[in-house]
Amino acid sequence: MSGAFEAVKVSDHVYWVGAIDWALRDFHGYATSRGTTYNAYLILSDPVVLVDTVKAAFKDEMLARIASLVDPGSIRWIISNHAEMDHSSALPEVVARVRPEKVLASAQGRDALARHFHWDQPVEVVADGQELEVGGVHLRFIETPMLHWPDSMFTLLVEDGVLFSNDAFGMHLAGSARFIDQVPPELWRAEAAKYYANILMPLSPVVAKLLARAAELKLSPRVIAPDHGPIFRRHPENIVRLYAQWSRQEPQRKAVVVHGTMWQSTARMAWAIGEGLAAGGMEVCQMPLGAAHRSDVATELLEAGALIVGSPTINNQIFPTVADVLTYLKGLRPKNLLGAAFGSYGWSGQAVGLIEAQLREMKIDLAGEGLRLQYVPDDEGLSRCRALGERVAAAVVERLGGQA
Amino acid sequence: MQKYECEACGYIYDPAQGDPDSGVAPGTRWEDVPSDWLCPLCGVGKDMFRPVED
Repeated sequence: MSGAFEAVKVSDHVYWVGAIDWALRDFHGYATSRGTTYNAYLILSDPVVLVDTVKAAFKDEMLARIASLVDPGSIRWIISNHAEMDHSSALPEVVARVRPEKVLASAQGRDALARHFHWDQPVEVVADGQELEVGGVHLRFIETPMLHWPDSMFTLLVEDGVLFSNDAFGMHLAGSARFIDQVPPELWRAEAAKYYANILMPLSPVVAKLLARAAELKLSPRVIAPDHGPIFRRHPENIVRLYAQWSRQEPQRKAVVVHGTMWQSTARMAWAIGEGLAAGGMEVCQMPLGAAHRSDVATELLEAGALIVGSPTINNQIFPTVADVLTYLKGLRPKNLLGAAFGSYGWSGQAVGLIEAQLREMKIDLAGEGLRLQYVPDDEGLSRCRALGERVAAAVVERLGGQA
Repeated sequence: MQKYECEACGYIYDPAQGDPDSGVAPGTRWEDVPSDWLCPLCGVGKDMFRPVED
């Protein structure tokens, strides 16, 4: 058969049969500026096994890639490592078309699939650590609860050393390259960090435990095949090492300054604070909301030492773009941060206090008193902003045990 | 001692194990787990836990 879409060989038995979503720019609020891929994998054993599916709209692309190798009707088992719809929404149609002998998932996966599709499809539950033989090869299942949903699971193809890691070790990166070694290192590292920051940061303790457990189980995969982005077919330990590093959330001499502004007064305060931070030896990342996306703020925060948040007061409240980011960041549970708040106001000025309350709730220690300036900052006001930046920088440097 | 399960994610709090990473020593009964303790897997509060049969 020859068609437009082909499968790509990954290992002796495994082929990539996923789909490329070049157009996606918003993945439930995460800015996917380079699109993404939905990776599904075919194990050419006898009988044939499909690992995960794709988003429903991409079902035909996946089936075409499968058909470039075998008749899709020859698939006997389908493994669902994760019930989230970018990997499962094609599943009901694929099941209807293929009529597999078995659909396999974790116990929580079976329940989650039932609550997505309201179907009467039987799903066979596999247990943590269970191994199944299929046509001379062995599949081992490893439950990874809350990495990143309760149902999440890894599947290891023992003979080929291929770990189907679902959303772990993935990234949103569309492209013609199926393998990490075909992508510039700085590009894939940045996209992997963004994925970690936005999806896995709150689960960092779970990540650390999983990595310890994977070492105990001696999984030692030769290939890590995630469900988004390129495949690690060489040196998969590189991404594992990065996950170990990110899960520690070790702060660096880096400050993220986030602000919203109405008439550029809070913006001018932000720039002056940034000058003070830089003078104090910090790398400064300014994130002016409206220009910067919340998911990029999260990425910059991954290894930062300070978060400084500015907002004007509008109708006695925090500016909406700032409230949006604070809500988002609170859920991501960043660790080891010092913080401060600032903002210009007209007559009531509650925003700074409201931000400070939220930072405290996030267990961020305040490194200086919040700074409120009325209307437009003058030179003296901007000097106070710079001084706040210097104060936060000194506190971070001291916390990190370094010399300025 | 009575175990409790997180209704959100399925994590089981076992008093025999406690949750040392969050400062809850092994042997801590559910009633003595601090009220601001969070599920170490998914981050919800104690109100989302229910007793489980062994």
